[in-house]
Amino acid sequence: MRKFAAIYRRELMYYFQSVTAYVTISIFLILSGYFFFSIFRYYNLISLQSIQNNTFSGNLNLIDGVIRPLMGNISIILLLLLPLLTMRLLAEEKKLGTFELLLTYPVPDITAVTGKFLSALTVYLIMLSGTFLYPVILMIYSEPEIPPILSCYLGLFLMGCSFISMGLFFSSLTSNQLVAGVATFGLSLFFLVIGWAAPFVGNTTSTILAQFSLLIHFDSFSKGVIDTQDITYYLLLTIFFIFLTLRSLESTRWRN
Amino acid sequence: MIQIKNLSKYYGTTRAVYDLSLEVEKGEVLGFLGPNGAGKTTTMKMLTCYLPPSSGTATIFGFDILNDPMEVRKRIGYLPEKTPLYQEMRVDEYLRFVASVKGMAPPRVKPALGRVIEQCGLEEVHRRSIGKLSKGYQQRVGIAQAIISDPELLILDEPTLGLDPRQIIDIRTMIKNLGRDRTVILSSHILPEVSQVCDRIIIMNQGELVAVDTPDKLRARLKQVSVTRITLRRSDRSRGAREALLEMEGVLMVKEKSSPAQADTLVLQVESRPDRDLREGIAGKLVKEGFPLLEIFHEELSLEDIFIKLVTEEVNR
Ligand SMILES: Nc1ncnc2c1ncn2[C@@H]1O[C@H](COP(=O)(O)OP(=O)(O)OP(=O)(O)O)[C@@H](O)[C@H]1O
Ligand SMILES: [Mg+2]
Repeated sequence: MRKFAAIYRRELMYYFQSVTAYVTISIFLILSGYFFFSIFRYYNLISLQSIQNNTFSGNLNLIDGVIRPLMGNISIILLLLLPLLTMRLLAEEKKLGTFELLLTYPVPDITAVTGKFLSALTVYLIMLSGTFLYPVILMIYSEPEIPPILSCYLGLFLMGCSFISMGLFFSSLTSNQLVAGVATFGLSLFFLVIGWAAPFVGNTTSTILAQFSLLIHFDSFSKGVIDTQDITYYLLLTIFFIFLTLRSLESTRWRN
Repeated sequence: MIQIKNLSKYYGTTRAVYDLSLEVEKGEVLGFLGPNGAGKTTTMKMLTCYLPPSSGTATIFGFDILNDPMEVRKRIGYLPEKTPLYQEMRVDEYLRFVASVKGMAPPRVKPALGRVIEQCGLEEVHRRSIGKLSKGYQQRVGIAQAIISDPELLILDEPTLGLDPRQIIDIRTMIKNLGRDRTVILSSHILPEVSQVCDRIIIMNQGELVAVDTPDKLRARLKQVSVTRITLRRSDRSRGAREALLEMEGVLMVKEKSSPAQADTLVLQVESRPDRDLREGIAGKLVKEGFPLLEIFHEELSLEDIFIKLVTEEVNR
């Protein structure tokens, strides 16, 4: 535990000392803020029009009109930003040779890997907590339903976990940060859009593809539905990539 | 204490270490010596449980590097060849980090930090960030991280690489002090360094062990011939000196070793059996027969010669 804490603390310190964290967090907040305000203004416009035209329909609400599209956009920003956060985790240390030294200390690989994973997750959570501002703004003007907002955040948190573990895995494969970043971006994009192929393939394949899609699982969260199946999906994905990371570290040693 | 048993390592088809067997006693300071690519670093990486061997194994304080790597790692301090350190951290911050990662209890960390800062001469720089230190000080930080948990075995891969002569002397003294109460294994290309610091020398070449012994014994064992060097003034009278020496009893060979830079002298190297000192006989004979003798002396084979001799013999074999 002491060893884990030391690694976690060092990684977190590095994120904040090297300004990586500040830059990533600010870009994230600026972009998501921009999306929030444009979606919000668009929503205002639509609702104003519908009142004027007397076609006010019951399904126009803050969750469907603002929160859901906002969360969709945020997941795209994450797709772009999280690989930048995770690409250095192992690749940089491998390049500098400090990882070799770390592995000669009495630390199990899993301690080092989970320490790094949680440090990136912490930066991500700090990033995400900045967006609490948007629901708060909505609450000032109106009365959005709270549970769907919370389930959206749970979904984003879980999605972030799986992106970060993918990033960690690619970072363990190479000592080139850029390669790790691009590969993470590619794979997470693939997981995000895999469901789009569903309509074009056979029925069973389509169900399987849908099961793998990050977006389809995220969908139910944004509807305010918390399904154990979705939670399990994200957790399994995360654990699977952490497991692959451990295997890759082991095999680099044996291969060498 | 440390037993290396038939240790081999292949990188793909490259043979880095081959069938290395060795025992190291507790408290010994052992030097690995060998040219580039001899397999010194690879051996050390296997002993620190970073690289698994292709075959064979080693036990360190009774723990096998394959079966008990965590127990082995608890007992060693390692300085890798390129001194990889977290450049952005401060020296004391870094050493505290290492202490925690090595699992030291918090109350032990502070005194240990004070001790290594003093032992490694880091008093003036311990609040600076590592990236801003000179190579010599970074090397000290590297040694400090290796000894912070007070390990029984210290493995140092070329600890004096890239340092200026003054820093080299400082680091050597440090290693000597550290070796007083623990086992140290270090590697080097520099013979005088190993012979000064180490109790025993291992000479490796192309992954194989060539020789293991104390510096003195190594010197004695390899002294298969005794060499006497003679300098004559080059003139008419010096002609025939070589033939005259060859006639003497006990002389095995006479080689001319004149240097073109000194055209007026003739240098001859007389090899004889190691148990005989021929200086008196040679001097007497040369003077009696009227050769213009300037200098005569008995040559000690230096460790450097032995090293080169061993390594080249190995290659030719
Ligand atoms: N990661 C690696 N992959 C492939 N071959 C390697 C690797 N590391 C070392 N080698 C090869 O193994 C052999 C032994 O290398 P090693 O680094 O152990 O030598 P060394 O004695 O430490 O040399 P030096 O004095 O230059 O440090 C060399 O032929 C080297 O090319
Ligand atoms: Mg080496």
